[in-house]
Order: sequence, then structure tokens, then C-alpha cells
Amino acid sequence: MANYSTNEFKAGLKVMLDGDPCNIVENEFVKPGKGQAFNRVRLRNLMTGRVWERTFKSGETLEGADVMDIDMEYLYNDGEMWYFMKVDGSFEQYAADKKAIGDNEKWLKEQVSYIITLWNDNPISVSPPNFIELEVVETDPGLKGDTANGGSKPAKLSTGAVVRVPLFINEGEVLKVDTRSGDYVGRA
Amino acid sequence: MQNDSWCPSAAIEIIKARAEKLRTIRAFFSERGLLEVETPVLGRGGSTDVHLDSLSLMATTPSGQERLWLQTSPEFHMKRLLAAGSGPIFQLARVFRDGEVGQRHNIEFTMLEWYRPGWTLTQLSEEVDTLIRHVLANDPGPTRWVRYRDLFRDALGLDPFTASIDRLRDEAFRIGNIETKEWTRDDCLDLLMSLVIEPMLGRRGIDIVIDYPASQASLAKCKHDEDGSLVAARFEIYLNGIELANGYDELLEAEEQKARFDADNKARMALNKPQVEADHHLVAALEAGMPPCSGVALGVDRLIMLALDKSCLEEVVAFSSRNC
Repeated sequence: MANYSTNEFKAGLKVMLDGDPCNIVENEFVKPGKGQAFNRVRLRNLMTGRVWERTFKSGETLEGADVMDIDMEYLYNDGEMWYFMKVDGSFEQYAADKKAIGDNEKWLKEQVSYIITLWNDNPISVSPPNFIELEVVETDPGLKGDTANGGSKPAKLSTGAVVRVPLFINEGEVLKVDTRSGDYVGRA
Repeated sequence: MQNDSWCPSAAIEIIKARAEKLRTIRAFFSERGLLEVETPVLGRGGSTDVHLDSLSLMATTPSGQERLWLQTSPEFHMKRLLAAGSGPIFQLARVFRDGEVGQRHNIEFTMLEWYRPGWTLTQLSEEVDTLIRHVLANDPGPTRWVRYRDLFRDALGLDPFTASIDRLRDEAFRIGNIETKEWTRDDCLDLLMSLVIEPMLGRRGIDIVIDYPASQASLAKCKHDEDGSLVAARFEIYLNGIELANGYDELLEAEEQKARFDADNKARMALNKPQVEADHHLVAALEAGMPPCSGVALGVDRLIMLALDKSCLEEVVAFSSRNC
């Protein structure tokens, strides 16, 4: 990969720092009246999701990171790895490990498209769509007519996720859920 | 590509307000009897300053193909005018510094530079203060003169002149989260100044920082301060955390000037930075004799930005480096 100098840093640029691929979030150029100039850089470590704040002397360089975000469909899990397939017609498959899947296992549904972040052609993270439709597989029986008082109960969905739903929801219903907050949005 | 990328980066009302501010500045100097001058943007010499990256170009001149340097400040030419007996002069100059792009930086910018033969640094700093107040619409609060040393003592509990290099590197590492093992004292001080001290300056009024380390003298004289440390006879003026102006009790000795140019180019070599042709005309002018004087450079775009209550230089220049 090419090296990037601090004056090429901009939001979205992917670089290597301390051995991990990072996404530049913000880059600020600072310079005392006379003297050495610096760049204050905020970077998101793509392996851990953590945001780092680092200072560089202006003109220093970082190696670019071969990172790509690609749309892929979830296929199946073989007990160890999770398999995805490119949706560009190539049918090319990628296997993601537990680390790449992280907390998103509970949002994985077959034939749904996810954004897979590849580093050196290996999946390092999986981003589910913001909203996903999932079937309720387990919940207390629905209470007819009890739609007004705003009570809620837990419901287990087909992917294993548990969300709070209104009391009138029954097993077998398909719900729309916000994957960012884990909140019930409505009936699908 | 957005299809409005041809548009000016500043609004037309701002460009009008800017023109008004420039008229105010010219009137200020004309009332005080300074001569407005214009000096070349291209010179045979460039700034050797290690931390300034000069732009240059090849031009066809009567002596053939020559490298000419876009000036990072009009200082050399203006000093040659002073040595030739111009008396007090000012200039609204276009200057160029490669790679400097940010909220408060633009590769090309407008610098107001003026020189006062026979004036002390304190007199000049008072005049800069008066001008700034003249250009700003609102009262920025009182003016404070503060020593570089006292800023570091108060903010970080260390003396920038006497603290050990290890102490400075530790502090710079802590603040910047950056490997500082190989750093010089000035590298560390520059980082602490930029990241810790500058943002606090000029918050309650106009701050005039004086008595810089002698290693940061640039083109200023050095002197001993009240604690007996060798300091640079320089000031910098801050408002709202922004450095507005940089003033010197100007170096007059030709030999010393030449030595500083050479030292700069040596330091550039060590950092793998390109050599810059030093201005031998300036050295010759100092040999011929320049009157003792104080001089200052002020970032006009920054001052106008503050006067018009904007937060970004782009908002007060017609076309910024991003869409020029």
C-alpha cells in the first residue's frame, strides 16, 4: 500500500497504526506562531472500534490500509465461522470469525445483505442494515385489546435476539427492529 | 463533484465587509504616517526557516532559467527598503506557505507587515494592540503581557528554560500521545504550546506573549530576561486561542543573520528538507546598515475572521486553497 503524509490525511482515509487498520475520523492542522507544525488526528481502530487521538509531526507518514467495505449476503454458520457471499454476481464467499462478527451474531439472517469490512481480503467486521425484519419465536401470549397502556415484555426472535415488544405481540409475527438500538419499531 | 464548486468560499457580504476592514487598516497607517509599499512576491532568496515550506518555480529571466521563491513573508524586501532609508513602512502582502491548510491556515494568505525604525518592541506591541482593537467590532477585553516562561509554569508546572529534556519529552508524550524519544527541546515546547497553551490564550482579552526561548528567535535579537535567561526579543499576540501577530526587535548584525541562515539550511539537511537559497541581498543590506527597528507580521485573514465572527478562514477569503 501507498504511504500517506499528514497533509493527505482526511476523514475516511484508511491507514495502519500500531499494526491495526484505522479509519481517520478527523484531522486538524495546528502550528505555533513559529515552529514545528502538528496534526491532531482522531482515528477509529477498525479491529476494536475504539477511537484514538494521536498527534503527528506534520509531514510524517502512515502506511495505507487495504480496507474495503463490501455488500454481502449472509449464508450460514458452521459452528465456527460465519459465511457470506458477494452480491456482485461473482458468488465469491468469505468466512468471518467470531471476532469479526462481534455482537452482531444476533442480527444475522440468511439472505439479508450486510456490509462486510475486509482488511487484506479478510473480514474484520460486519455491519447489519439499520433495520431488519425478524420473526418472533418465543414470547408470552399476546393480550388482546391491551394496546394503550404501553406495557412491554421480552420477545425472542428467530436470530436469537431478545427485544422488548408491546404486550399484544404474538409468536409467529414478523417485527421490524432497529439493529443500532435493539428497539422494536413495529410490525413488519 | 458538487456543481457549485466554482462558487467563492466567502459570501459576497463578507467580501464587502472584508474590503471595509482593509480600508480601515490602510487609513490607520496613513494617519500615522507610514508609507505603503509593495514588494515582490517572487524573490531569488526564500525563507530558510526549518518549519516553513517554501514554494518555488523556474522562471526565465535575463540571466536564463532561474529558481525564484514565492515569499513566505515580505520581510527581506521590506528590510532592504528600511536599509535604503524608507522610514516607517507597511504592506498588505500575499504570502505562500506550502502544506499549510486547515481551519486557520491557507497556503496563500494576506499578511500585514510593518516596521517602525527607532521603536522598542513594547511600543510596537502597543500599536498592534491598538490596530487590532480598531479592526474588531467589539471590545475584546483587557490586554495582558505575559512571559512564555510564566505560561508554561502556570499551565504545566514546568520551566521551559530549565526543565530537563526528559521532563519535556515525557510531558509532550503525555499530551500528544506520540513517540518523543528523539525530540529536541523545541519540538516538545512547540507541541505543548500548540496543544495546551495556545488554546487557552486570548480568552479574556488580548494576550501578548513575550520572552521566547532564544532557540526560537528566528530573525529577532536575543537579550537576557530578568531571571538571567537568554530570550528572544519577540512577541506573539493571541485572541480567542488564535495567533494573530508575531513581532521582533529586528536582528541588525549581518554576520549573525548569515550564520542563522546557514544553521537553518543545516537543520533542513538533517531533516531531509530541501535547501532554500538564502537572501544574500538581505545580508548585504544589513552590512550597509539597517536602522534599529521593531517589525511585526499580522495575519489579516485571521483578524478579519475574528472581526466578522467567523470560525474558519475559508469563510473570509474569496477562494480558499480548497477551491482556488
